[in-house]
Amino acid sequence: MKLFKIRGGVHPDDRKQLAAGQAIETLPLPALLHIPLQQHIGAPASPAVRRGQRVAKGDLIAQGQGMISAPVHAPTSGRIVGVGSYPAHHASGLSVPTVTLQPDGEDRWSDQIQGVADPFALDPDEIATRVGTAGIVGLGGATFPAAVKLNLRKKYKLHTLVINGAECEPYLTCDDRLMREQTDAVIDGIRIMAHALGVARIVIGIENNKPEAQAAMAIAASAHPNIQIARLPTRYPMGSEKHLVQTLTGRETPARGLTADIGVVVHNPATAFAVHEALRFGYPLVSRVVTVSGGAISRPCNLRVPLGTRVQDLLDYCGGFREEPARLLSGGPMMGQPLPSTRVPMVKGSNGVLALTAAETNLREPMPCIRCGSCVLACPCGLVPLDLAAHTRAGELEGAVSRGLMDCIGCGSCAYVCPAHIPLVQFFNYAKGEMAARGRAKQKQAETKRLIEQRTARIDAIQRAKREAMAARKREADAKKKAAAASLSTDMPTPLPTPASAVETEA
Amino acid sequence: MSIETPAPNAGPFAHERVSISRTMGLVMLALLPATVFSFWQFGWPAIYLFTVTLVTVLLAEAVCLWIAGKPIRPFLLDGSAVLTGWLLAMTLPPWAPWWTGVVGGLIAIVIAKQVFGGIGQNLFNPAMVARVALLISFPLELTSFVNPAPLFAAGSPDWPQGLAITFGGQATDAFSGATLLGHVRTELAQGHVLSEILPGFYTPMTDAVGTLSGSLGEGSALLILFGGLFLLYKRILTWHIPVAMLGTLALAATLMHFVDPEHYTGPLYHLVSGATLLGAFFIATDLVTSPVSLRGQIIFGAGCGLLVYVIRTWTGYPEGVAFAVLLMNACTPLIDHYVRPRVYGRDRKGSPIEYADEIEVSR
Repeated sequence: MKLFKIRGGVHPDDRKQLAAGQAIETLPLPALLHIPLQQHIGAPASPAVRRGQRVAKGDLIAQGQGMISAPVHAPTSGRIVGVGSYPAHHASGLSVPTVTLQPDGEDRWSDQIQGVADPFALDPDEIATRVGTAGIVGLGGATFPAAVKLNLRKKYKLHTLVINGAECEPYLTCDDRLMREQTDAVIDGIRIMAHALGVARIVIGIENNKPEAQAAMAIAASAHPNIQIARLPTRYPMGSEKHLVQTLTGRETPARGLTADIGVVVHNPATAFAVHEALRFGYPLVSRVVTVSGGAISRPCNLRVPLGTRVQDLLDYCGGFREEPARLLSGGPMMGQPLPSTRVPMVKGSNGVLALTAAETNLREPMPCIRCGSCVLACPCGLVPLDLAAHTRAGELEGAVSRGLMDCIGCGSCAYVCPAHIPLVQFFNYAKGEMAARGRAKQKQAETKRLIEQRTARIDAIQRAKREAMAARKREADAKKKAAAASLSTDMPTPLPTPASAVETEA
Repeated sequence: MSIETPAPNAGPFAHERVSISRTMGLVMLALLPATVFSFWQFGWPAIYLFTVTLVTVLLAEAVCLWIAGKPIRPFLLDGSAVLTGWLLAMTLPPWAPWWTGVVGGLIAIVIAKQVFGGIGQNLFNPAMVARVALLISFPLELTSFVNPAPLFAAGSPDWPQGLAITFGGQATDAFSGATLLGHVRTELAQGHVLSEILPGFYTPMTDAVGTLSGSLGEGSALLILFGGLFLLYKRILTWHIPVAMLGTLALAATLMHFVDPEHYTGPLYHLVSGATLLGAFFIATDLVTSPVSLRGQIIFGAGCGLLVYVIRTWTGYPEGVAFAVLLMNACTPLIDHYVRPRVYGRDRKGSPIEYADEIEVSR
């Protein structure tokens, strides 16, 4: 199919050969699972189990809260040994609400698990509901609840479902392996999603560094004339959904909009596989495929991991470290996050655990910017990163915003090519965070002002009411007095206005 | 076994194998063939002058860094000072006295670079600031060119004679010769026409190969072009500045030559003579002082080309690359302010893109 060019981008050494040849292995059940209640974008789920309770695999352990949220299910059968907090799968290492489960080793599915014989007979709403109750989120790493995305058809005129099999991050091979090994299941999940979205056209984009996945998916898709395979040039960030859609349709997503604005919804192959499992068999999302790789890993591999498994358990299974890693990362090297320790649990959004050597990270002391313009050429969003960084460094954040800071997708292409090794993304993240904090402070200030005004108005109203009541009582008393006086002498002259009536007129 | 990652920070956690010193090193590598050729052409005095200039810039850089309290080693080793000195030496007459290299080196590093805040901060190309300052202050020394006297050739100065020329001020008139641009200009001013001047003095070939008198780096146009193509291949440069500059210069020369072939030389003459190619590939393209966007670079290059032609043709100087580049350097902040890439998902004015056929989208 015809592809369109995108601007910018970089060609990092993809290092996929480390793990691409390794078939997906199932990680043995660890001794304990630490299942965080927030593994998605949106409101955290609230616990639905008590300490000491026995659960079967797939039982609900936390209920989603609100419109954008996702429930959490037991990754295996066992006993709940704690409902408390545990370090998060996040660079901060802060503790978050977590359910701790001790597996009983039986790995027994709940009796209530039931699939649908023909998902295509279901109403689109029903599919979205089932996807939502299965706790499925975007497994490419964004972890946006998939059901919300399937319901976009209610607000937008959609025509195409794009499957993002670009996997443009170096090292990661989990989507590649899934598309090669579970081809039919992935295609089935894709078709179910297309049915739920009510779109006829499906395009599966796969980068050219995954010829086996391209071939396997092409064969499986050949039975369905509405599915096209797009062979994407290998270039980072091809997997950025807005850039992928531009490559496929030639259209840019309007700024601050969604791809749905131009009629396209993008999902990940792993999400499609999870949808297939949820609809056909009723299995909620309790495990995912993770690539464990990097030069410091003894035996790089692709693992199917129960959610809540500690990173350390994955590393142990892969033979530990070959050498002391310079960096331990969650996700790919371009947009991944450093892990604070190996104790943290795996979550729905973790597609990779990378242990990189110093030679791989090539970290150097930053030098001054020499204005070489490499970052301008590399930016896929048409920004001038050196300019944004200069404004941020000077504390001139409004200037950075007016030059497109909020249009930055944080892909890191600029920092990747910078010969001065300036941590550009760090500058942008700081500026974005600071602007968000300022926005919150401003909102708080406005809210405080509103509350103060309301309070003043309330106090005024109370005082006015008091004064009016007092004036009314005075009038009553006066009237009584007058009546009494009148009964005493009917020919007395009319009395002068009393001070009370003067108050009344003032009020 | 477990590791604690040091203080969290943002990605990417991989990096292309690039650095400032690599960039500068590649530029120097690209300059090397032309430089060696010029050493051979102009002999020992050229080598001495080059060495004196480089030693000066390194010392000046080190002292400035020390005064500014910056770490000396990483900044000295980034190669930018050496490259500045190298480019400056390339623009000096090969037999110029040693102190032109010293004064030029000091102007370039201290005044044009470090006073502005060091690497990356200077508004003007340091080598060109130094060259122009020297040209205005010492017009005689800066315009005393010699005919090529190849190393080890009979009659060429040997190394002690070279020392006398560079450090003793004993340049002999026997070797002196005018540059092509200077010669043609003088002759034109005396009322001669090009069909009388050029034959016998100039063929594009001698100029391209570089067997004419001129400054150190004006020697071989072909070797400079080769170096420039190497930088394009290595992606240190993009084609925008060189092509815009050479294209504009050639276009202006073609137009004027077409109007009056007896008084205006043709495009090839302008492209291979003087410092045109050195300027287009190595001086105008200086990363720090040229615009960062590709469209900005085209405007910048075109401005350089036009100014070179105007200065060479209608002003008091036979060569105008240094002036042209400095004038356009002054425009760089302006160009960068107004000429920016279009942001993804926005039109040129910065509003989100709207598609005519998607208006029924409801939010």
